[in-house]
Amino acid sequence: MRLNSDRALALALLVPSIAATAVFVYGFIGWTVWVSLSRWHGLLPDFTWVGLANYAELFRNPRFHIDVRNTVVFTAFLLGACMSLGLGLALLLDRGVRGESLFRSLFFFPMAISFIVTGVAWRWLLAPGDVATGRITGVNVILARLGLPHLKWYTDHTVLFIQPDGPLGQLLGRLGLEALTGPLFGVPVAMLSIVIAATWQMSGFVMALYLAGLRGFPEELREAARIDGAGEWQIYRYVVLPFLRPITLSALIILGHVSLKIFDLVAAMSKRGPGFATDVPAYFMFETTFHGDRFAQGAAIAIVMLVTVSVLIVPYLAYTMRKETGG
Amino acid sequence: MSRKAIVAAVVVVVVIAAVWIYRSAQMRAPVPTPAAAKLEIFSWWTTGGEEAGLLKMFDIFREQNPGVEIINATVAGGAGFEAKPALKARMLGGDPPDSFQVHMGRELTDTWVITGFMEALDDLFKQEGWEGVFPPGVLALLKHEGSYYSVPVNIHRSNVLWYNTQVFSANMWTPPATFDEFFALAEKMKAKGIAPLALGDVGIWASVHLFEVVMAGALGPEKYNGLWNGSTSWSGPEVKRALDIMARMLMYVNPDHSALSWDQANALVIQGKAGMTIMGDWVDADNLAKGFKESGWAPPPGTRGTFVALSDTFGLPKKSPHPTQAMAWLKLAGSKAGQEAFNPVKGSICARSDCDPGLFGPYLKTAMQDWARDTIVPSLAHGAAASETWVALINDVITAFVTDRDVAKAQAALAKACVDAKVCK
Repeated sequence: MRLNSDRALALALLVPSIAATAVFVYGFIGWTVWVSLSRWHGLLPDFTWVGLANYAELFRNPRFHIDVRNTVVFTAFLLGACMSLGLGLALLLDRGVRGESLFRSLFFFPMAISFIVTGVAWRWLLAPGDVATGRITGVNVILARLGLPHLKWYTDHTVLFIQPDGPLGQLLGRLGLEALTGPLFGVPVAMLSIVIAATWQMSGFVMALYLAGLRGFPEELREAARIDGAGEWQIYRYVVLPFLRPITLSALIILGHVSLKIFDLVAAMSKRGPGFATDVPAYFMFETTFHGDRFAQGAAIAIVMLVTVSVLIVPYLAYTMRKETGG
Repeated sequence: MSRKAIVAAVVVVVVIAAVWIYRSAQMRAPVPTPAAAKLEIFSWWTTGGEEAGLLKMFDIFREQNPGVEIINATVAGGAGFEAKPALKARMLGGDPPDSFQVHMGRELTDTWVITGFMEALDDLFKQEGWEGVFPPGVLALLKHEGSYYSVPVNIHRSNVLWYNTQVFSANMWTPPATFDEFFALAEKMKAKGIAPLALGDVGIWASVHLFEVVMAGALGPEKYNGLWNGSTSWSGPEVKRALDIMARMLMYVNPDHSALSWDQANALVIQGKAGMTIMGDWVDADNLAKGFKESGWAPPPGTRGTFVALSDTFGLPKKSPHPTQAMAWLKLAGSKAGQEAFNPVKGSICARSDCDPGLFGPYLKTAMQDWARDTIVPSLAHGAAASETWVALINDVITAFVTDRDVAKAQAALAKACVDAKVCK
C-alpha cells in the first residue's frame, strides 16, 4: 500500500501518542501484572516469582469479599438511580419546559466537578451530627424539621440482609440457598450515602445523553404511532425507548465502569467505613499498597479490577467497532 | 510504508528525544549559584498545639541559624494517615525532605532504616551526649543493629483512662484498676443512663488503640512485648482473653462510636454523657483547649506501672538536599531548649529526662513521674510496636471485629497477620 503525504503526516502525528500509550498504558499494565506475580512486599522491590499466590490470597481475604458485595450494591443502586433519574429528567425537559437550557445546565453542572469535591460536599451534607453537643447539620436538619429521626448516613454500620430464621430465609434454606442469608449478600446502609452523592453527580450526564438522543428522535415516528392509535405511554414504551436503546447501552457501560473503579468519592467521603461498610476494591488497593507497603498484593487487586472493567468494556468496544466498520 | 512516512516518523521521534535529552541534561547540570540555604521539614502537625509547638521550634531554629529559609511541608490528617503515603511517594521518587516526622520504633526501622533510606546518627548522639539523657527504654526502641537513626522530640502515653471527676465524685465512683472493677462500674453507669465507655473510631486507629491498651492490661508488659517478636503466641489463651474483654467492652460503648472522632468521644465524657474514655494523653491538650478542668485520669485496667509509649522522631534521609541544615534541626529537636519549647504546647512530655517539670501542666507532671519509673512498652496503633504492614493488617482485623465481635475469627486473623508480617512462622 502506498501512502500519500496526508497519510504519512497522519502517521507521524500518531507516533508520539502511540508510543506514549504503549509505554504508559500497556507498558504499566504489563508491569503491574508482573508485580502482582512477585513477592514484592516492603518498600524495596523483590521480583521473586510466586505465581498466582497473591490472587489466591486475595480471593480468600474477607475484606475483599465485603468489597465485592459493596461494589455490586453500589453499581446496582447507582445504575438504577442514575438511569431512571436521567431518563426522567430528559423526558421532562424534552417536553419543552420553559427555561429548559437553564435546567439543562443546572442538572449537567455536577458532572463538571471532581468526585473529590462531590465527596467533601456530601460528607458535610450527610454528616451524622455531633452527638456530644446535639448539634445536627446538613440533610439531618431537614429530617429533623420534618419530624423524622436523623440518620447516621455513611457512618451507619447496619447491613440489611435476609435473616436465616425469617420467612424468606427459611424458604431459601429449603431451596438449599441458605448461603444467601448472610451479611455478605446484604446491603450496607452506609453505601447508600455514597450512592446519593454519586447519583447527584452522574445523573445529569445520563440526562444529557438521553436528551441528545431524544433530539434526534424523528417527529414523524411519533405522528405515525399516534395515527396507529397509540397512547402517550405506549409511544414511550414501544417507540421512544427502543429508539434510545443504543444510548441506554452507552450510559450503562460508562456508569458501570465508573462505579466498578470508584475511589476518589469514597476516599473523600467515608474511606473504609464502619466494618468496611463503604470499602471498595480501589480503596483496599490504595491502603494495601501505600499504607501496608504490600505492593504485590496491591497490584493483584489492581489487575482484578482491570479484568472486571474489561469484561464490561471490551465487548462494548468490539460491538461499536463492528458497527462502525460493518456499517 | 512510504519513505516519506518513515522520514516523518523518524523526525518526530528524534525531536522528542532531543527535547528530552536537553531537558534532562539541564536538570543534571549543577546549579550555578547555590540557592539560599533551606530546610524542609515534613510532618502532619497542622492543628492546635502540635502546630503551635512546631512553629515554636522553627522560631528557635531561625534564631540559631539566621538566613535559613524553612519550608513547612505538612500533610494534614490524624496519626499521619494521609501524610505517610505522600512521604513514601517523595522518598521513592528520590525527592526526600530534609527531615521528616516518623513514629519511633518499627515504623521507622521497618519502613525506612532496613530499606536503607536513612543516615545513621551515632556521631550526633555521641556529640550531644544523648545516650545519657534519653531513658534506656527509648534508646532501645530507637536503636537498630547498634545504630541510632532518629531523634525523639516527645513522648505520648497511649494507656490513659480519662474521666470526669465531678461525675465520679457525685456518684462516689473510683477509676477501675482491674477489668472486673471496670465491668462492675460500667453496669452502674449503664443503670444511670450514662454510656460507660466513650469511643470515637471514625478513623479505625481509635479501636486499635483501645485494643492495644486492653492487650497491655490483659497480658502484662512482658507477654505484651512478646507479641511483637513472636515469643507470645497470637493463638494462645492470653490473646483470646484480651479479645473476650474487648468484645465485652464494646457492649458498653456509645452506639454512635463509628460516627465520632476521638475528641468528640472525649466531649461526651466532658458533658457527663459518657463515663470514661480510653485514649492517649493528647486528650489533656483537648481538655485544656475546651476549658475543661475537672478531668481525672488513671491507668486503664491492668496497666498500672506500664507506660505504653509512642514518640514522634525526626531522622535524616540519605538524599536530604540540605544535610547541614537538617543536622542543625536534629540537634535542636533533641536539645533541652527545643523540647521544652515544643512539648508543653503540644501536650506531651519530653523524651529527655531532664526537662523542667515546672513548665508542664498537672497531667503532664504525673506523666513525667510515671515515665521515669514505669515499664515502657511500645504502642501498636502508633507505629512503635509493629511494622506498617502489620499495623495495616491488624487495622483490618479490628475493623471487622468492632462490628461482628467474633473472637475466634479475629484471633485466627490476628495469628495470620503475624505470619503475613513475617514475624511469626
